[in-house]
Amino acid sequence: MERTGAQIVWETILREGVDVVFGYPGGAILPTYDAMPAYPVRHVLVRHEQAAVHMAEGWARATGKVGVCMTTSGPGATNLVTGLANAMMDSIPVVAITGQVASNLLGGDAFQETDVTGVTLPVTKYNYLVTHIDELPEAMAEAFYIARSGRPGPVVVDICKDVQNAKIDWTYPETLSRPGLHKALRQEPSAVLKASELINQASRPLILAGHGVQMGKAEAELIELAERAQIPVVTTLLGLGNIPEQHPLALGMGGMHGEAATNHAVQECDVLIAVGMRFDDRVTGRLDRFAPKAKVIHFELDPSEVGKNVRPTVTVLGDCKQTLGALLPGIQPATHGQWLETIRGWQATTHQVDIADQEVDELIPPFVMRQLWHATKGECTVVTDVGQHQMWEAQYFTHLRPGQLITSGGLGTMGFGLPAAVGAKLGKPNELIWAIVGDGGFQQTLQELGTIVQENVAVKIGIINNGFLGMVRQWQQFFYEKRYAGTPMLSPDYMKLADAYGIPALRVTANDEVYPAIQRANAHDGPFLVEFQVKEEVNVYPMVAPGGAVGDMIRRPGPAIVQGYSGVQPSW
Amino acid sequence: MKHTVVAWMEDRPGVLTRVASLFRRRGFNIESLAVGHSETPGISRMTFVVDGDERMVDQAVKQLEKQIDVTRVEDVTDQPVVVRELALVRVRTDTQTRAEIMQIVDVYRAQIVDIALDSLIIQVVGAEDRIDSLIDLLGHYGIREMVRTGRVAITRGRATLHPTHAVNGAGKTNGRKMGI
Ligand SMILES: Cc1ncc(C[n+]2csc(CCOP(=O)(O)OP(=O)(O)O)c2C)c(N)n1
Ligand SMILES: [Mg+2]
Repeated sequence: MERTGAQIVWETILREGVDVVFGYPGGAILPTYDAMPAYPVRHVLVRHEQAAVHMAEGWARATGKVGVCMTTSGPGATNLVTGLANAMMDSIPVVAITGQVASNLLGGDAFQETDVTGVTLPVTKYNYLVTHIDELPEAMAEAFYIARSGRPGPVVVDICKDVQNAKIDWTYPETLSRPGLHKALRQEPSAVLKASELINQASRPLILAGHGVQMGKAEAELIELAERAQIPVVTTLLGLGNIPEQHPLALGMGGMHGEAATNHAVQECDVLIAVGMRFDDRVTGRLDRFAPKAKVIHFELDPSEVGKNVRPTVTVLGDCKQTLGALLPGIQPATHGQWLETIRGWQATTHQVDIADQEVDELIPPFVMRQLWHATKGECTVVTDVGQHQMWEAQYFTHLRPGQLITSGGLGTMGFGLPAAVGAKLGKPNELIWAIVGDGGFQQTLQELGTIVQENVAVKIGIINNGFLGMVRQWQQFFYEKRYAGTPMLSPDYMKLADAYGIPALRVTANDEVYPAIQRANAHDGPFLVEFQVKEEVNVYPMVAPGGAVGDMIRRPGPAIVQGYSGVQPSW
Repeated sequence: MKHTVVAWMEDRPGVLTRVASLFRRRGFNIESLAVGHSETPGISRMTFVVDGDERMVDQAVKQLEKQIDVTRVEDVTDQPVVVRELALVRVRTDTQTRAEIMQIVDVYRAQIVDIALDSLIIQVVGAEDRIDSLIDLLGHYGIREMVRTGRVAITRGRATLHPTHAVNGAGKTNGRKMGI
């Protein structure tokens, strides 16, 4: 079949089951845009290319498919860099199609020519510069394969304008033959056996489960392991929901803002079973004092993550659904009663006051997170931005299933929340989606309100307005004697802003308005914005100081400040 | 410590940048780098020497293995290998020193590949320390120009580094040892 380069782009996208593309046109991608109307694809016109890639990420996280974004050359492509870096860090499958100047102009500083493969090389899993139509069929097909296979990640396909117009006799390349695409893992044959022996002998075992569990769809295997041997489960930020947080063995998130009991469990365990996680410094704290009593078993798909930060005693390479599945038959039932008792003892010290039941005069963010849970009965997906509100969401919203929280972990990208929520909503139209964003992060990508209205995307937006770049302010309070340099932040009148876009909105300033406002937003058929004007200088506790051991935490100072327990084992 | 790493990769644009980038990111200096064809068409073989602590090099090697273009990587530092480098050295000569230099060349089993009135070009092949010591000696006569290829390495006898690349046939890994 004769096809133009532009048609090959669209036909490959459709073959991947992708029906939404987030993009922004320009000269170098025009031939591809021109071919678009012939295909059953919904194009979402963003207001800034950074949002296109964040939307593709949100869409990918919500659907499990490869998210696609499309931009023109030069500034269009460079605007993608932050989102690509985010996708790289959080292993999100994304394909970015970028137009490039005509191949005969390459290297000559033509108008809007940027070395896009050069710029994006360190922030992509792979990238292509396509200078000839012959290379396009494989490049497109491989791009999707690479983005979703193994440890997923972003791939850029930079296509010269003349290639988009050129014609070729095209058939979809069903088999991809490049040797580097099909590499076998070097598994130690006895790894699974050794792992099961260590687990069976453990007296204080602990599971530390990350994003890999969700990506590998291994929650059932994880829970079976936990239940059979009564092993408590700590998760990373991106691993929240791997086990329902109401489960008696769920300890919630560990690390820099993990609950004290949770971090103590990490420090005291004798066997640490790490599954699909990479020992990020936000999880481990000071490395040489991390889990000092533990032998570590690392279940991991990516060999380059093994031994990077923590040297495991046993490494089990591979897809964790398969490796955990292979492990389970060798696991003996156990109770670990004393160990679980010890952990409950630690939890009791944090469970003093539950803010859900507590009279609090001022409106504080943890209360909002709890009420969001109550008002939705946990039946919603939350997409957060980055900062204090993100940590409060992680602590106080009770995640019940994988994928219920979509957030920027490894890169901590402010501005991610709103566009990612749009992507998630388009990926899961029947799901209630709440974007929970700070006043700072919201103002980094609020231009996407325009996209939301134009595309009628029914996301609910909750702005936690504390008048500060709150997380940075907290560090200034703790470590820089409250010198608030560059952190107080003015916001526009969000009611007027929403009104300007024609989005209905509410401002909440008191506790008793929180629940009804969330309900109003939920009941509205369409996008809705709620501004929560919260108390300003509230801190996220506990906190492990940067460079400190995870066992050494700045604890909640007392009921006079913000109280509340972890969201572990809710009492309602 | 200095590590000698051998990597096989597809012969495509951008491959060198990718490899270099992994080391640049860590602030490693690549001390020497030699690239050329391997026995498999379409696959280049690269030998490079980097100086860095064990863990960092190990990590960089693992990340290198992960690259799509890269089919295999081997750190041969601790393996029995034949290591060679080639150098071309232009030395200043006159009627008095020429004979002396030729004697030195003989001892080092080097070759004279060009003779001019006031200079000689000497080609020497060997392990780096031998080349270093020859260059040291020649330095006394005055080196005008020099070029070295950088180290190439191949393992000895049985343990030959022989990648079985799946250049034909999708999905076949053909028993290659390295992964992802
Ligand atoms: C793009 C970007 N710039 C800067 C930072 C550093 N940073 C981390 S949290 C934070 C403050 C976020 O403020 P806000 O969005 O108001 O959320 P809050 O912490 O107040 O809940 C900043 C500036 C970042 N993570 N991302
Ligand atoms: Mg704020």
